[in-house]
Amino acid sequence: MKQIPVSLLTLVAGVVIAFFSLWVGQNHHLLPEQASEQAPLVDGFFNVMVTIATALFIVVQGAILIFAIKYRKPKDDDSDGLPIEGNFSVEIFWTAIPALIVIGLGIYSVEVYRAMGGFDPAGYEMIAHHHGASSAIAKMPGSAMAAPIIADSEGTISETASAPVEKKYGIGATPEEEGKAASLVVDVTAMQYAWIFNYPDSGVTSGELHVPVGKDVLLNITAVDVIHSFWVPQFRLKQDAIPGQPTQLRFVAIKEGDFPIVCTELCGSYHGGMRARAIVETPEKFDSWITENQVAQQQESIQTVATNPTDLPTSEFLAPYTKEMGIDAHSLTHLHPGAIVSSMSN
Amino acid sequence: MTKQLVRKFSYKRLILTDEKRFMAQAQLPLNTPPGMSGDSAKEHPKAWKWYDYFTFNIDHKVIGIQYLVTAFFFYLIGGLMAMAMRAELLTPDSDFLDPTLYNAFLTNHGTFMIFLWIVPAAIGGFGNFLVPLMVGARDMAFPKLNAIAFWLNPPAGAILLASFFFGGSQTGWTAYPPLSLITNNIGQSMWILSIVLVGTSSILGSVNFVITILFMRVPSMQLTQVPLFCWAMLATSVLALFSTPVLAAGLVLLLFDINFGTSFFKPDAGGNVIIYQHLFWFYSHPAVYLMILPIFGIMSEIIPVHAKKPIFGYKAIAYSSLAICFVGLFVWVHHMFTSGTPPWMRMFFTISTLIVAVPTGVKIFGWVATLWGGKIRYTTAMLFAIGLLSMFVIGGISGVTLGTAPFDLHVHDTYYVVGHFHYVLFGGSVFGIYAGIYHWFPKMTGRMLNETWGKVHFILTFIGTHLTFLPMHELGLQGMPRRVAMYDPQFISLNQICTFGSILLGISVIPFFFNALWSWMYGEKASDNPWDGLSLEWTTSSPPLIENWEVLPVVTHGPYDYGMNGRSATTDKAPSESVS
Ligand code: HEM
Ligand SMILES: [Cu+2]
Ligand SMILES: [Cu+2]
Repeated sequence: MKQIPVSLLTLVAGVVIAFFSLWVGQNHHLLPEQASEQAPLVDGFFNVMVTIATALFIVVQGAILIFAIKYRKPKDDDSDGLPIEGNFSVEIFWTAIPALIVIGLGIYSVEVYRAMGGFDPAGYEMIAHHHGASSAIAKMPGSAMAAPIIADSEGTISETASAPVEKKYGIGATPEEEGKAASLVVDVTAMQYAWIFNYPDSGVTSGELHVPVGKDVLLNITAVDVIHSFWVPQFRLKQDAIPGQPTQLRFVAIKEGDFPIVCTELCGSYHGGMRARAIVETPEKFDSWITENQVAQQQESIQTVATNPTDLPTSEFLAPYTKEMGIDAHSLTHLHPGAIVSSMSN
Repeated sequence: MTKQLVRKFSYKRLILTDEKRFMAQAQLPLNTPPGMSGDSAKEHPKAWKWYDYFTFNIDHKVIGIQYLVTAFFFYLIGGLMAMAMRAELLTPDSDFLDPTLYNAFLTNHGTFMIFLWIVPAAIGGFGNFLVPLMVGARDMAFPKLNAIAFWLNPPAGAILLASFFFGGSQTGWTAYPPLSLITNNIGQSMWILSIVLVGTSSILGSVNFVITILFMRVPSMQLTQVPLFCWAMLATSVLALFSTPVLAAGLVLLLFDINFGTSFFKPDAGGNVIIYQHLFWFYSHPAVYLMILPIFGIMSEIIPVHAKKPIFGYKAIAYSSLAICFVGLFVWVHHMFTSGTPPWMRMFFTISTLIVAVPTGVKIFGWVATLWGGKIRYTTAMLFAIGLLSMFVIGGISGVTLGTAPFDLHVHDTYYVVGHFHYVLFGGSVFGIYAGIYHWFPKMTGRMLNETWGKVHFILTFIGTHLTFLPMHELGLQGMPRRVAMYDPQFISLNQICTFGSILLGISVIPFFFNALWSWMYGEKASDNPWDGLSLEWTTSSPPLIENWEVLPVVTHGPYDYGMNGRSATTDKAPSESVS
C-alpha cells in the first residue's frame, strides 16, 4: 500500500523537533527549586519525559492540524475520501514505537526509584525508638510485605506487634547509605490539622521540622486520626501518614532554606490550612536550635507536671504551639477532640 | 489486508428471507418488549408522545434519551458546584464558602460528574439509544431490566442533593476512611447509598449490553461489521461487570463501619484503611475507562462519517478496546503510590500503567490517520471530535507521567492531577458526549441542531477548557495540593486564570442549552440520514419507529465503507480490485 514519504523535508522537520524537544526538556522551568538529594533524580526523569512529551505533542498535534486543514472537504464535492482501511506496517510502527518508549520509561522509573531509596524502606529497627510518638506505632499491625491485603484484615495484630523489625512503606536509604543508620531520626505525627515533630534523641518536640543540611535524615511518619500526607515540594518527596500503619521518608537536604510542608491528603475542613515549615539549616544552627528547645521544654515540663496534657482539651493543649504549627487558633477549635492520643504526652 | 477481509465479509451470506430473520430473532424470547412484539391486535403508537418520556417506558430509545436528559440536568448541578469552588479559589483565603461547604461541593461535584453525568450519559444514554439500532435489534435483550436500571438514577441524584440538608458528604469522591468514618455520618451514608444505587444500575445495564451485542445482531451482520461503538460498549460492560461489585463491597463495608459498629477500616480497632483503598481503586481505575471507552466508540463512529473515510485499522481499534479493558484491571495501585504500598507494588503498577498507553495510542493514531485523505466536513460534531483528539493527547501524555511512581511521588494529590483528569474527563468524555449529541440529535429527535450556535458552543468550550485546566498543571508542580479551599498567595495569578476560564466554561453551556431546547421544538426537520452515515441507525426514520424498523435491514456493507462498494471516491487511487 502507501509508503510514508521519507523526504528531506520530514527529515529536517524531525531533526528540528528533536532538538527543540531536547531544549524544552532542559529549559522548561516548571519545577520549584531542588532541596533534597532525590530532587535532581526526579527532575532528571521529569526532563526526559518532558522531552518525549514535547516531541509527541508536536508530531501528533501537528498531524491533526495539518490533516484537518489539508483534507477539508472542497465546496460542492460530495464524494468520499480515500478508501484506505488500514496499513499493516504503519500500524505495527505506531504500536512498536510507543511500546519501546514505555518500556524505556518503565526501566528508567525503576532505576530512578531505586536510586531514590525506594527499595529500602524496610531497613529500620523499630525497637531503638520507643520514645514519644513511636509508642503509637508499636501497636500497629506489622505489614507482611507480600500480602498486605489479606494479612492485616482481621485479627492478626497481636502476633505481629512484637516483631523486632518493623517493615515500613515509603522511601528508605539510597543505595549508598544502605545498611547505615540515619544520622538524625525524627518522629512525625500528623493530626487534624497539624504536624508534630519529635526528636527522640534530644526529647525536643516542635511544630516545625528543623534538619541540618547535608545530613541523612529519617522521618518516621504516623497519623493519629485520619490519613494525611507529608509533602515538601522542594524535596520532591511525599508519603502518606496513615493511622495504623507507620511509614517513612529518608532524605538528605542539600540546600538551606525554609520550605513548606504541605498536607496533600484530604483530612477535613481545614485540610488546606494544614501547613508546617521545613527549615534546613547548617549543622551548627541546628544544634543550637536543639539545645535552646531542650532548655525551654524542660522548664515547661516542670510547670506542667501537675497537668497531664491529655486531660486538657486539645485546643488548649496545643494553643502554645499554634504559631509554630502555622495554623491559627480558630482552626484549633475545630480539632477533633478525641483524636490526639497518648502519643502527645512524651 | 483489513480491507480485503471486510469486503469479503460484507458480501457473503447476506440474503436471508424475512421469515428466517424473524425466526432467528424470535429465538431470544426477550428480544422485543412484551406487548410490542408481533401481536397486531394491540396497536402501539407510531411515535412516543412527550409525556411518555416521563414514564416507566421500556423502549431503549426512550430510555437512552431519559438517561441523557437526566444526566445533563445533573451535569448542570455539578457544574454550578464547580463554579462555586472556582469562585472560592479566586482568592487565597477561604472567604466565599465555608471550608466545610467547600468540601461538600468538592465531593458532590466529583460524584455528580462521574456517577451521574458521564457514566449515565455515555453508557446509559448513547449505549441504550444506539446499540440496538446499530446491531439491527428491535430493543435491548431485557427491556424491563433496562428501564429499572435507568430509574435507579434519579433517586440516586435526589439522595445526593438531599444530603445537603444534612451537610453533605465531605470526604471527596474517594471517601477514604478513617476520614469518611468520622465526618458527617448522615451525609456520608446517603452518599454511599446513592453510589450503590448507580452501581447497581450500571451492573444491570452491562448485562443487557453484553447479551444484546453478542446475541441480538441482525443475522446478516458479521462480527467485522459490528460498529466500533458496540465493541467499545462490550468492553465497557465487561469491565463494569468485573469491577463494580468490588466497589459496592467496599462501600457496604464502609457503611457498616459507620452505622453498625463494625471495624473493617478502623485502625484503632484492628481494621486496615489501606484495604479500602484497594477495593475502591480496583473499581475506580476501571471506572475511568468506563467513562472513556464509550467515548472512544463515539469517536470511531463520528470521525469516519464526517471525514467520509473508512476508519483506519478497524481491528486494531476494536482489539485495543479489549486490551485496554484487560490491562485496565491491573493498574489500580497507581492511585496509591504514596500510600501504604510496598516497593514491588509501586514498580509493578508503574509498568502495567505505562503499558495501557500503548493500546490507547493505537486508537489515537488510528483516528488521526482516518483524517488523512478524507473529505472533512466541519460540522459541530466533527469539531468536538477533533477537539477531543487534541485534548486527549495532552491528558494522555500527562497521564503517562503520572503513571511513573518516582514522579508521582511529587505530584500525587496536587493540582497537576486535577489538570490531568480534567483534560481526559472534560476534554475527553464531555467533548465526546457533546460530539455525540450533535451527531445523533437528528436521529433522536428528528430535528437538526443549529450549527452556528453549535460552533459558538465549541469555540467557547475549547478555549475555556484550556484556560481552566492548563494552568493547573503548573500549580501542582509548584506545590499547590488539591482539595483545598485556601492556598498560598504565590499561586494567586494562575488560579485567577483558572477561575476566568471556568466562567467561560459556564457561559459556554448557555448556547448549547438553548440551542438544544429550541431545536428540539422548532429546529429544521432532519432527514433519515443527514450526515451520510453507513451504520444501521441511519437506515431507519428520524426519529426511529418504535420497533426501529418495519422490516429489519440487511447488512450489505461495513459501517465505514466510504469510497467502496460503488460509492465514489474522487481520486484515481480508488482500489483497483473490484468486489468479488
Ligand atoms: C466547568 C467545568 C469544571 C470545573 C471548573 C471544574 C472544577 C473543579 C475543581 C475546582 C475541582 C476541585 C479540585 C480539587 O481540589 O481536587 C474539581 C474536582 C473534580 N472534578 Fe471538576 N470541574 C469541571 C468539570 C468537571 C467534569 C466535566 C468532570 C467530569 C467527570 C469533573 C470531575 C471532577 C472530579 C472527579 C473531581 C475530583 C473530586 C474529588 O476530588 O473528590 N469536573 N473540579
Ligand atoms: Cu492533613
Ligand atoms: Cu487509574
